[in-house]
Amino acid sequence: MKLDSKAPEGPLEEKWRKHKKEMKLVAPNNKRKYEVIVVGTGLAGGAAAASMAELGYNVKSFCIQDSARRAHSIAAQGGINAAKNYPNDGDSIWRLFYDTIKGGDYRSRESNVYRLAEVANEIIDQAVAQGVPFAREYGGLLANRSFGGAQVSRTFYARGQTGQQLLLGAYQAMMRQVNEGGIEYHPRHEMLDVVIIDGQARGIITRDLVSGELKRWEADAVVLATGGYGNVFYLSTNAKNSNVTAAWRAHKKGALFANPCYVQVHPTCIPVSGDYQSKLTLMSESLRNDGRVWVPRKKGDDRHPNDIPDEERFYYLEEKYPSFGNLVPRDVASRNAKIVCDEGLGVGPTGLSVYLDFRDVIKRDGKETVAAKYGNLFDMYENIAGENPYEQPMRIYPAVHYTMGGLWVDYNLMTNIPGLFATGEANFSDHGANRLGASALMQGLSDGYFVLPATIGNYLADVKPGTRYGTDHNAFVEAEKGAQDQIDKLLNINGKRTIVDFHRTLGKIVWDNIGIARNKEDLEKAIKEIQELREEFWTNVYVPGEKNNFNKYLEFAGRVADFFELAELMARDALEREESCGCHLREEYQSEEGEAIRNDEDFSYVAAWEFKGVNGQLQEELHKENLEFEFVELKQRSYK
Amino acid sequence: MSKDMTIHLKYWKQSGPDVPGHFEEYTLDTVNEHMSFLEMLDVLNEELQLKGKEPVEFDYDCREGICGSCNLVINGQAHGPKAEVACCQLHMRNYKDGDKITIEPPRAAAFPIIKDLVVDRSAFDRIIEVGGYVSVKTGSAQEANALPVEKEKSDEAFEYAACIGCGACVAACPNASASLFTGAKLAHLNKFPQGEVERSNRAVAMVDQMKEEGFGDCSNFAECEAVCPKGISISAIAEMRRDYIKALVN
Repeated sequence: MKLDSKAPEGPLEEKWRKHKKEMKLVAPNNKRKYEVIVVGTGLAGGAAAASMAELGYNVKSFCIQDSARRAHSIAAQGGINAAKNYPNDGDSIWRLFYDTIKGGDYRSRESNVYRLAEVANEIIDQAVAQGVPFAREYGGLLANRSFGGAQVSRTFYARGQTGQQLLLGAYQAMMRQVNEGGIEYHPRHEMLDVVIIDGQARGIITRDLVSGELKRWEADAVVLATGGYGNVFYLSTNAKNSNVTAAWRAHKKGALFANPCYVQVHPTCIPVSGDYQSKLTLMSESLRNDGRVWVPRKKGDDRHPNDIPDEERFYYLEEKYPSFGNLVPRDVASRNAKIVCDEGLGVGPTGLSVYLDFRDVIKRDGKETVAAKYGNLFDMYENIAGENPYEQPMRIYPAVHYTMGGLWVDYNLMTNIPGLFATGEANFSDHGANRLGASALMQGLSDGYFVLPATIGNYLADVKPGTRYGTDHNAFVEAEKGAQDQIDKLLNINGKRTIVDFHRTLGKIVWDNIGIARNKEDLEKAIKEIQELREEFWTNVYVPGEKNNFNKYLEFAGRVADFFELAELMARDALEREESCGCHLREEYQSEEGEAIRNDEDFSYVAAWEFKGVNGQLQEELHKENLEFEFVELKQRSYK
Repeated sequence: MSKDMTIHLKYWKQSGPDVPGHFEEYTLDTVNEHMSFLEMLDVLNEELQLKGKEPVEFDYDCREGICGSCNLVINGQAHGPKAEVACCQLHMRNYKDGDKITIEPPRAAAFPIIKDLVVDRSAFDRIIEVGGYVSVKTGSAQEANALPVEKEKSDEAFEYAACIGCGACVAACPNASASLFTGAKLAHLNKFPQGEVERSNRAVAMVDQMKEEGFGDCSNFAECEAVCPKGISISAIAEMRRDYIKALVN
């Protein structure tokens, strides 16, 4: 299979403009003859549904939550990047592009990333017009801050709730279209399969999560805006219902899944406190601006942290990276926390955490100044951990936060299946092997408001308006039967272990072996363990309740089944990529000082996997899209 | 490490909207002070399943207090005993060994029960649908800094915009009114010049829809403000009423 990125030719700055000029258009009177299904109502899905309905398409919107407003985009804290250059500090679209492609460790497409940087400015305009309450200066104009180690201040924010405010903007735009009849809105519906007729995506099968009824929906195009797959780790900062099911079922129908091993682990999360733990909570990265990270030098030192004198504290980031210190990028900070804990220096009841200490900044600036900056975060920490960070160091540990991998898409955000599109975190497109802070919101909204509504027209222009096969077409019947069979199978196993038990066990295998650092031996072992556990899942899982009723455990069972297959693919992908890049650290490919070594010669490609079946083991064929760099020079990252 | 606590639970079970419900009881012996309230319910459900019993259904998603999915009424209080904390962020250290805890769904005519502790809050969507937005199409926005907005106003707008749509305000109100929810959205949008244009129409449409959905009127009990996990002020309701009356007489 040849993967064509369809990236337009010409100078970087001209590509998107040129493409927009050359794309086919659908006439206004024809737009209403097209049906478009959008699955997911986060930033990418909500914005796309609203914008396409405004254009005149008939949109059907689906989400698993009880309201579109609850999609997981809502939990994003930090902010959204755009190169408005309001602070006059030398920012530009080029610089935002360059930072993003470098931050992704040169594993993304130049054309896509440049477009993202270009479109970002329009997102800010749109959000402000909707009434998104971004932070402002006393003069009434928008405020910016520097975020995630960027050298310019380009991040727009709404306190620590930027995701919530942007999502509500998109949700409200969406509800306006529901009111005007442009969107048919279906909350509490889960997509269980995509329907393909004559090689084109023509509809989906959903389960009504209240009645349990399976339903068939026909359309001219299907958009998956269904988020990332971080919950394969069981514990992550993702919302509990976030899952890979829509993307994975599309993958099983032929859509390629790209770079599944690229997973971002955020360094500052509240550590696990026990087996009952259901999720992990992120603490904003900004804490590392003033907090100092350390562990005791001596193994098993069980003194209270305040009783350990400075010379017996190991400020490992400051010692190893004198120029960046505690502000090294996310991947470096996460990896080093794991290293010290693996050496037995970790603290807390489980030994799986490190200190983040504010003693010195409180002494220097006073408690009040510190409270003004971080008060809400300190309160949140105390509420969850039960310890007062003004009086003793916080304990933190890395947690899975974002997945850069996802469905393979071309420049038009279309998968290799004509008519099937993927946007936001569900696709693989813009962040390469590592995502920079404040870039997820930017990508979701760029895809949703501006890119997809333009590129989908180019596809639909070639689809005869009003083409209908009818939902009694065999492809619909078969797809529904497949979904029904799986539900029946899960309910009939009647085994001894709960779904949560399986998911937690799977998550531990994935975290231990496909987490912060990977190596060949562990990855091979993980593949075996995943296969064995998957086998047991299908013979020994207990799924309570009925199918024709509200049944959250049945929903979870189907999602965990998909995680079991995805996990194996992640391990395969990580095994295949014999280099270290971005968040993917292969222990065999690092320098003596423990720095990542990238191999551009052999691995400067997107790994796009084609599903071939599961039979004890997962069968997948690797396809490669080579990444060409015309405009930037590839460099090794160093933070020493 | 802390010792495990014993907690006596009494929770609502109801298999569907049109059948009568009842309380069930269960005693958990392994509750840890670090667990969140919802993690305690996860443990309950694991135990129930291992004993071949049906788990209790409840809504949740982010478990960080921001998505607004969870909305349990705990010992008669929406979101439980801690001020400005959604029940997903309530931790068991707020309880002691031997405590009895009763868990109910938020009860309101406009929030029919789907199952157990899960209710249908789609009425909130419909209130937003009729006017909870600025009518601006994608692409038609002006430059973001073209319209300055006083910092104080913008900050105040944020306070109202922080609503997570959980419905605790409705659960706590003796009239099951959605005035705080509706008022908060109006107050948020009205603070901006962009929102000012549709101010009157928005107030009328949203307030009328609120009545249509079967929510009660506001009688100034202020219970909503007391339970709101985001601490939203009832001054939003006063503003909503002024705007509504003004719109009707104009």
